[in-house]
Amino acid sequence: MPRKLSFTLQFSFTILVALFLILPAIMSMLAGITTNYARGVSSGLTASWIIEVWNLYADTIVRSLVLAFTTLVCTLLVGVPAAYALHTIGGRIARLIEEVITLPLAIPGLAIALALIITYGGSGSFRQSSAFILVGHVVFTMPFMVRSVMAVLGSIDVSTLEEGAASLGASRWQRFITVVVPNVRPGILAGSLMVVTLSLGEFNLTWMLHTPLTKTLPVGLADSYASMRLEIASAYTLVFFVMIVPLLVAMQIMGQKQSRSSKS
Amino acid sequence: MKKHVEGAAIRLENCSKTYGSSARALEPVTLNIARGETVVLLGPSGCGKTTTLRMIAGLVAPDKGGRILFDDQDVTDQPIEKRNVGMVFQSYALFPNMTVAENVGYGLKIRGVPRADVKIRVNEMLAMAGLETFANRSIDQLSGGQRQRVALARAVAARPRVLLLDEPLTALDAALRERLRTDLDRLLRSLGITAIYVTHDQQEAMALGDRIVVMSNGSIAQIGRPNEIYFQPANRFVAEFVGAANIVEASLKDGFLELPGGRVQVGSEASSRREAIAMVRPEAISVVPPEQSSWIGRVESTSFLGDRVRISVGEAASTPIIIDAPNSLSVEIGDRVGLVIPPSSVRLLPA
Repeated sequence: MPRKLSFTLQFSFTILVALFLILPAIMSMLAGITTNYARGVSSGLTASWIIEVWNLYADTIVRSLVLAFTTLVCTLLVGVPAAYALHTIGGRIARLIEEVITLPLAIPGLAIALALIITYGGSGSFRQSSAFILVGHVVFTMPFMVRSVMAVLGSIDVSTLEEGAASLGASRWQRFITVVVPNVRPGILAGSLMVVTLSLGEFNLTWMLHTPLTKTLPVGLADSYASMRLEIASAYTLVFFVMIVPLLVAMQIMGQKQSRSSKS
Repeated sequence: MKKHVEGAAIRLENCSKTYGSSARALEPVTLNIARGETVVLLGPSGCGKTTTLRMIAGLVAPDKGGRILFDDQDVTDQPIEKRNVGMVFQSYALFPNMTVAENVGYGLKIRGVPRADVKIRVNEMLAMAGLETFANRSIDQLSGGQRQRVALARAVAARPRVLLLDEPLTALDAALRERLRTDLDRLLRSLGITAIYVTHDQQEAMALGDRIVVMSNGSIAQIGRPNEIYFQPANRFVAEFVGAANIVEASLKDGFLELPGGRVQVGSEASSRREAIAMVRPEAISVVPPEQSSWIGRVESTSFLGDRVRISVGEAASTPIIIDAPNSLSVEIGDRVGLVIPPSSVRLLPA
């Protein structure tokens, strides 16, 4: 029976590790609906902390959502044509530009934020608006959109498809809209989910760029951890989970679909 | 289906192509293609046939000094989308995001044809291609042969002035290729459209072309009707590339080739040359008993190919002579045989 024993041991170890990782998340969410965390779950469950969070931080949640989707619109409008252009140009210049676009991934968010503040921080109304954060988010998420679209462009023979469309009379713009975009849709979708998720959860950059009037959800989280009672902070985390988990699941499904279609 | 012969005549003037700083891919080519004619560009890979086709299409611009005319209208500076050409690509380039019907109707939709008219024309095209029941299928549900037909229907749906086909049958297996070749030939004749067809397959070229342009190393080796190309090749390259050929180098005396196995009479074109390169097609040679011929050899190998027997005969010339004989012939390896060639079937090639 040594084989069965080793399986049992391995299985138990896996379960233990998984529990170790997932327990904090469960505890944290549980704390958000516990009446009094100091006294434990036996004190009863309640939704009042969540309501409290909504009263205190609704503006940060709404702002984060608006920011995420505005960021998405910006990365779509700029990133998709940029990816197409880079793919079409090809060669060393395109690779160089791609590297430059990707640079924000390697630079700490704090450094990017500082650079933005040094450069544009002087113009008051811009500095004080959410648009300032938007710029940071677009810079930070752009490489994800560009790269995921370029990956799909590289996997389909888009130049032959375009030649086909051109031979049928389609101008460059018509080709882009009717042939290129629909055929890179998997890449656009995957990129979009990535951008929204990253923007919703972004903290480093945003923490530097925000003002007391332009707090986002993660910044609000930090704020609540620092200054509110534990139950509210936990309820806030719960709200964040509820928003971000469906996006992560969608991303996973997209990824599976893509790998399946590229295999077939 | 309405027959349309509004295809354009095409003229290439002095069109060459150099890619980057490398050697010329295409030497200056001048070529006239008549309205409604099917011209096949034939040659091995890298001979410049695809470059020539893409030049006519507008996907490649000729070097400075080259001109391309459609019906005396200079289209050199027009991009492909302005030239009103139909093109069938080797990979078909069908749009995976559209159904079969949407693919076929794409060119019409782009041109702003009213939706109802697009539908009529698309149905007409699908009927022509035998694809009526596939209208709403997606492209990845089709077989290779069906895709090829969709590509063709799509290319001709908007009534182009010129139909360009870039190895459209190469991606298919042999049996299907032959059947679709017949279909394609019938279609091209019924459309009456000017068509330019690129292939490396000489059988395809013979079957489809009104004229064949044989290309080699970036220039035209010969232009002619299929039978001219076959029986009167301009040079050794054409002779060997188009069909099987026996090439013998021998001295020429009084209108006879002097060969190790005997003498072979040469037709009227016998010149005063001393050394000659002669070409004989394998099926032009008949095998007879040795006493009935002045040219003798020994059978080295035979292979039964069903419709004919291919025999290799040694000792007759410096290299073995290949003969396609009727399948009723029975000879054994080692047999001495006489070979007979009508003088008119011996073609002298330039040295």
